[in-house]
Amino acid sequence: MPGTPLLMTFPVTATSHLLAEYLARGGYGALEKALTTMQPVDVTKEVTAAGILGHGGAAFPVGRKWAVIKPNDGQPHYLCANADEGEPGTFKDRWVLENNPHQLIESMLLSGYALGVRNAFVYMRGEFDMPYRRLQAAIEEAYAAGYLGKPLHGTGFVMDLVIIQGAGSYVCGEASGLLTSIEGKKGYPRNRPPRLTVKGLYLRPTVVNNVETLSNVAVIVRMGAEAFRKVGTARSPGTQLVSISGHIAKPGVYEVEHGYPLKKFLFEDCGGMIGGRKLKGLIPGGISAKVLTGEDCENLTYEHGVFDKAGSALGSGGMIAIAEGTCMVRLLQVMLRFWHHESCGQCTPCREGMGWMHRIIDRIVSGQGRMEDLDQLIAISNANDGTTICGMGDAAGYATVGFIAKFRDEFEFFIQNKRSKCGGVLDVAESFGAAGVAHA
Amino acid sequence: MSVALMPVVERLMPEFEALKKRLPPNFESTMVMPCLHRVQAERGYVADEDIVALVGYLGVPRMQIEQVLSYYTMFRRKPIGRWHLQACRNVTCSMRGSERLVDALAGKLGIKPGETTADGRFTLSEVECLGSCGTAPVVMVNEAYHENLSIEKLDELLGRLS
Repeated sequence: MPGTPLLMTFPVTATSHLLAEYLARGGYGALEKALTTMQPVDVTKEVTAAGILGHGGAAFPVGRKWAVIKPNDGQPHYLCANADEGEPGTFKDRWVLENNPHQLIESMLLSGYALGVRNAFVYMRGEFDMPYRRLQAAIEEAYAAGYLGKPLHGTGFVMDLVIIQGAGSYVCGEASGLLTSIEGKKGYPRNRPPRLTVKGLYLRPTVVNNVETLSNVAVIVRMGAEAFRKVGTARSPGTQLVSISGHIAKPGVYEVEHGYPLKKFLFEDCGGMIGGRKLKGLIPGGISAKVLTGEDCENLTYEHGVFDKAGSALGSGGMIAIAEGTCMVRLLQVMLRFWHHESCGQCTPCREGMGWMHRIIDRIVSGQGRMEDLDQLIAISNANDGTTICGMGDAAGYATVGFIAKFRDEFEFFIQNKRSKCGGVLDVAESFGAAGVAHA
Repeated sequence: MSVALMPVVERLMPEFEALKKRLPPNFESTMVMPCLHRVQAERGYVADEDIVALVGYLGVPRMQIEQVLSYYTMFRRKPIGRWHLQACRNVTCSMRGSERLVDALAGKLGIKPGETTADGRFTLSEVECLGSCGTAPVVMVNEAYHENLSIEKLDELLGRLS
């Protein structure tokens, strides 16, 4: 186990997601504690003191987001859990939704109590079937047990909770696009200001937090901010659910305590690269986070400041490990095809820019590339930066610039020789088979 | 009229009303996405008559429903094959063999991604990240995820789908 866990603290079984077992683990105890001994403002103070940063990708301090909400200003306030997990490489919230849905519900009740929320939502990507069934069943259990839809512990605090399913739009994982989608429209992101905590869902103050972020609220209230801060580092309190995939021997979801050594995580906890290959690159937090080379990963610890200094970010915790022998040009082609497909079309630089970048990388891979294409890709990336309403255009550009900066020789080789330096291979396990080497 | 013969939206009305009770007043527009999902699950796609019925029930402009249907890739306006195979082609899946998997699928079914077999049994699509990278490669069959697929497992799966 990579450090002290806060969320993955129980053995997952066929029944561990049910209310009875959650109660047996002390579930809904934090809610009772808050409703009987804490004022709403005390819950916000505790969450702020815990210093938790958002787990969805942007690492925004939760306390600072919540501080904008004035629970007694006479308007409705809304709370939305972002379960639109769609950043390639990321599948950690799915673990929470499938295995501990009641912790999310309890945490949303605590957050709703703190923020003066009557109606809360979970916006979940439409493809998630099992997570939807599990959470919907847990919500029905919570209604039947009187946690939802009824005044709690004589406080007059009542909250309703509804799941709204998305329908295949990546951009709806962006908080304002998400709210527009809950309003029953095309998921176009909105310009800020106003911030969503000022004018969010139907122009009312709204907090949107990631599933994992919210799930930590019950943990913080139960153990207290001081004890919570003992886990992790001063800059990055707590843990991160890391979903690791790619050419790694043991892919899956791991809870990593902030400050844990990265190489130890990769090579001990996750069993190293398949077939004992060398680590060529690591995308540390969803494909929008800049790629690191194997050498960059030496001596890194898993925490925010350290990854920022290394030129990347923890992002969404969606790690993709890339083994030696992988064609980075074709990998970037897959990424640019994705962004082109997912651009919502609202902002011209992203709508056109993603298409241009996708066509340029296709041209390079088809052997028709020109050396100036690389500068063209960088120029489009730079021109997109900061010119779009949401961060998708920026992120696609950063990732592209990162790939070219770290692996420029491969791109130049492809253009000069009209073929991949690595045989165009993405699936190295298959290439092992072809070379007669045993699969990992 | 027996329930089975009722128009789809009318048949689903009790479910829609139950959802409405958990929403704030005047949140009819928020019901657009959940209603469309249920209609599609029931009929397989969203028909013109469903749109008309939802415009009447929710009181939202027809244009809004049309926009939602055309924006979101999961909504369909036409019927598709009985089994919808959606193969992920994103970063991790392609690093774990999805390209060979899609080629094999297309070869076995005799169709290209985006097409339906002549007998109406299978529709093949390529999709972006399904959030299941730890168990790549992944193919969605209707609403269920099939994970850690190999060509052998795929053969077995296709054999079970009638």
